Amino acid sequence: MPRADFQVVIGLEVHAQLLTSTKLFSGASTSFGGDPNAHTSIVCLGLPGVLPVLNQRAVELALSAGHALECTIAERSEWSRKHYFYPDLPKGYQITQYEFPICLGGRVVFDGPEGEKTVRLTRIHMEEDAGKLVHQGAVSLVDLNRAGTPLLEIVSEPELRSADDAVEYLKALRDVLVWVGVNDGNLEEGSFRCDANVSVMRHGATTFGTRCELKNLNSFRFIKQAIEIEASRQVELLEGGGKVEQETRLFDPQRGETRSMRSKEDAHDYRYFPDPDLPPLLLSKARIEQARQALPELPRARRRRYVEALGLPPYDAGVLTADRAMSELFERCLAEVGEAKPVSNWFMGELSRLLNETKTSVAEVKFTPTQFAAVLRAVKDGVVSGPGAKELFAELFATGKDPHAIIAEKGLAQVNDDGPLLEAIAQAMAEAPKNVESYRNGNTKIVGAFVGAVMKKLGGKGNPRRINELLVEKLKA
Amino acid sequence: MKGLVALTKALADGATSSVETTKALLQKPDLVGAFLLRDDAGALAAAKASDERRARGAALGPLDGVSVALKDNILTEGVVTTAGSKLLAGFVPPYDATVTTRLKAAGAVLLGKTNLDEFGMGSSTENSAFQQTKNPFDLTRTPGGSSGGSAAAVAAGLCAGALGTDTGGSIRQPAAFTGLVGLKPTYGRVSRAGVVAYASSLDQVGPLARSVEDVALLLEAIEGFDAADSTSSDVAKTAWREGLRSGVKGLRVGLPKELFVDGMDPEIDASVRAAARRLEALGAHVVELSLPHTKYALATYYVIAPCEASSNLGRYDGVRYGHRAKDVKALKDLYEKSRSEGLGPEVKRRIMLGTFALSAGYHDAYYVKAQQVRTLIRRDYEAAFASVDVVLSATSPVLPWRLGEKLDDPLAMYLMDVLTLPCNLAGLPGLSMPCGQSKAGLPIGLQLLGRPFDEATLLRAAHALEADLNLSLEPR
Repeated sequence: MPRADFQVVIGLEVHAQLLTSTKLFSGASTSFGGDPNAHTSIVCLGLPGVLPVLNQRAVELALSAGHALECTIAERSEWSRKHYFYPDLPKGYQITQYEFPICLGGRVVFDGPEGEKTVRLTRIHMEEDAGKLVHQGAVSLVDLNRAGTPLLEIVSEPELRSADDAVEYLKALRDVLVWVGVNDGNLEEGSFRCDANVSVMRHGATTFGTRCELKNLNSFRFIKQAIEIEASRQVELLEGGGKVEQETRLFDPQRGETRSMRSKEDAHDYRYFPDPDLPPLLLSKARIEQARQALPELPRARRRRYVEALGLPPYDAGVLTADRAMSELFERCLAEVGEAKPVSNWFMGELSRLLNETKTSVAEVKFTPTQFAAVLRAVKDGVVSGPGAKELFAELFATGKDPHAIIAEKGLAQVNDDGPLLEAIAQAMAEAPKNVESYRNGNTKIVGAFVGAVMKKLGGKGNPRRINELLVEKLKA
Repeated sequence: MKGLVALTKALADGATSSVETTKALLQKPDLVGAFLLRDDAGALAAAKASDERRARGAALGPLDGVSVALKDNILTEGVVTTAGSKLLAGFVPPYDATVTTRLKAAGAVLLGKTNLDEFGMGSSTENSAFQQTKNPFDLTRTPGGSSGGSAAAVAAGLCAGALGTDTGGSIRQPAAFTGLVGLKPTYGRVSRAGVVAYASSLDQVGPLARSVEDVALLLEAIEGFDAADSTSSDVAKTAWREGLRSGVKGLRVGLPKELFVDGMDPEIDASVRAAARRLEALGAHVVELSLPHTKYALATYYVIAPCEASSNLGRYDGVRYGHRAKDVKALKDLYEKSRSEGLGPEVKRRIMLGTFALSAGYHDAYYVKAQQVRTLIRRDYEAAFASVDVVLSATSPVLPWRLGEKLDDPLAMYLMDVLTLPCNLAGLPGLSMPCGQSKAGLPIGLQLLGRPFDEATLLRAAHALEADLNLSLEPR
C-alpha cells in the first residue's frame, strides 16, 4: 500500500483540568471521586436564579500555563455560552471562552527522533467541564460531581506530522503543565484529555485533506494507535477513489478501529453569545507581568542549565528534572553542597533507590538539605567510609536524625589514626607470610587481599586509602 | 392602609403590632387574584419575632415588622416559587434570593408570592399559568405586567409594599396601571442572585409601593453589592430618604419628542404634560429633546430579550427539578414533552424567537446588530443627560386594557412596552409615579429616567411632584 505517498497532518486539542480546590464558577469541591453528586452546589446543579462567580485561582493557573507556553495573554477576554441539551449539562449551556480567549499563540517544544521540534499553539481558553452519565441497563444516571470543574483547552496548530510526534508533544505539554502546578497530568482519571484532528495529504500537496476529529483517547498508547489507524483508513479511502468526510470519530481500542460518531451535518449549532451574567475578564498589565515573574524555571531551561552551567551529563539532567519536587530538592541540596556532580550522584543513586524501595514521594522526604550536605561532607572529610556513608544516608532517610548523632550512635566513624591501622596491618602480615613474600616477589596485586584482611580486623571502619598507603609502605620494607 | 412609611411609624409608636397588621392583611380576601401563595404560618411567625424584638428594644430597623410581598420569580427558601410557570409548579427553592435575605435581615414580614406573567414575559399578567390578576381600579381590566400581582397586592391594600422585577417595564407599567410608585433601579444596583432569570442583561429587581418615600425605604433595604452576582455594582449604599425633600429648583427636565408617540391616549398625554408644567412651576427647567434611536428600541429589545431567554430557560429540561413528562421513552422525548407541557405559549414564542436569532447564519444579522443598536440607544441617553437631569414621559401610552383584549395579538402587546424598554436597554434607573386619573377613574402614570446610579435625583423629583399633585388614588 502506497502509504509512503501520504503525509499525516495532526492538530491536537487538550483539555487539562486546573488544580483548583473549587469549581470555575462555584464554591463546590473539585475532588475526584466521592459519592455521585456529592461535590455539587446550587450553581453546578443549575437551579433557577443561580449566577456564576469566577474563581480567581483558576485565572491565576491559566496565566501560569499561558506564560509557561509562551502565549500572548489577552488583557480582555470574554465568557460565552455554548448551548446544547444533554443531561450532563445542567444549565443547557457550557460557559466557555469563544471569540476572545485568555491566551493566544504560544508553543510547545519537545524532543523528536530528529531533534528538538516546536509546535505552535493557536490558543488556550478556559471553560467549565460537564458532568457525566452512568448508564445502568434501561436507565441513565446523572453525576454532576465534575460539572463546573475548570478546564484549559489548549489547541495546537495542525503542525504535527506523525503519531510519535503527537505523543511527544503531549508528554512535553503535560510535563510543563504539571511542572508549573496547573494540572496533575492524569490521563486515566481524565484530568488531561486529548482529541486529535487527523487528515492526510499527498507529499508535496499544499492544501490539507479533510480532517476527522478523534475522541476517546485516554492513554498515550491509544493516541498513537488511533492516529495511525485513522491515517491508514483515510489513505485507503483516498487510494480507493473515495472521499474523507468531515466528522467526529470514536476510537475503539478493543477493536482497533475508529468509527463515526456524528457527521458534519449532525453538528450542533451551539448558538454562542457572550454570557450576560459575567463581565469580560480584564487583566491588568501588572497582573499579567506578576504571573510571569512568579513562574518557576521550566524543565527544558533547567535541563539546559544543568548541562551547560553545572556540567552534568544530559542523562543526569533529564532524570533530575523529570519531576518538579525532585528537581526542587536537588536545587536546595545543591545550594548547601555547592558542587553538582556528587549531589547528582547521590540523587540518581541512593536517594532514587530508597524512594523506590520505600514507595516514598519526594514531598515526604524527612531530611533537610543541610543534613544532606553533612553526609557528603562526612564522606569528603573521610569521617565515614563509602559503605558507611550509604548506611548513614539510609538511616538519615529513614529517621531524619542529625547525621553526626547517627555516626556516633551506629559507630560509623572511620578509623583514620595510623596507630590502630598499623597494628591491624602488622597482624595481617604476620598471619599471611606467604602473601608477603609473594608481594615482595613482584605480585603487587595481592595488596588488595591485605586491604580486605585489614579492613575486616577493623570492622570495616578503616580509612581504605590510608590502609593502602601504609600497607604498601610496610610490604616494601 | 396608608402606606409603608405610615406603618413603620405606627409600629415604632406602638400604635399597632406586626402580628396585628400581618393578621389583618392575611385575613383580607384577595379579590384581585394578586397572590399565588400566602405564607400565613411563615408571615405570622416572622411578625411575632418582630414584635418580640421591638419589645426588647432590638428592632432591626424601620422595616422591622412591615409586611411585604414578593413577585413569584424571587426565590424564597422553603416556600414554593413558580415564576408563574407550570414547569416550576411546586418547586421549593433550597435557598433565598439575595433580596429575600436582605428583606428578612431588615425584619420585613414576607406575606407571600405574587402572580406574574410566566417568567416575567408579558405586560398584563395574563401569561401566568395559574390565575388571572385583576386591576383593583377596575376588575375587568389588567393590572399590567409582568409584576401585576405585586402591583395589585399593594394597590388593593393586601400588603404595605412589594418587590417586582423589571426587564422591559415590568415594574413601572403595572405601577402606572394601579396608581403606585414603582422603581427599576440602575442595572447592577440590586442583586439578581436568586431571581429566576428572564433576560440577564436587562433584569432588575425593584420596589412597588404607595409613595416615593415607601419606595426609597424598600430600595435602601435591598440595594448594594452582592458577591454572588458578578454584574452587581460596588457602589455605596445610600440613605435615600434623606435627600427627598430638597425640591426641584434648577432641575433640568427633558421631554423627548420620540417618547410622546403617535396613538398615545390623549388623556395620558394631557396628564403627563400637565405634570411637566407643575415641575416647571416648582422651579424646574423643562426642555424638549430628541432621542433619535428610540424607534429601534422595541425591535432591539425583542431580539436581545428572547435571545437571553432562550438560553436562560434551557435549564428547565425536566431532568433535575420542575415538570417532567410521564411515560417518555427517549431523552429527546423527555426534553420535548416536558418543555411542551410545562411552558406556556408566550414563553415558547420568545424561546423560538431567541433560538432563531442566535442560530448560525442569523446571529450577526439579529443578535450582533441588536447589540450595536443597543449601544446607540445608550449613547442617545448619555447625550441627553449632558443637558438634562431627568427625562420625563408617560409610562404607558395606553390605559389599562380589558383582560383578554390583546391576547390574540402579541405584537400589539409588545407595542405597549415602547416607552419603558429603552431604560432597560440603556441600564438606567426608571421610576413610574401616578400623575392623574382618566375620566373613567383609571390611574395614569408618568415615567422619570435618570443617569446611571442617580436614583437620588429621580426620587427627589418624584417626591416634589407627588407632594405638589397630592393625588389620592384609591380603588373603588
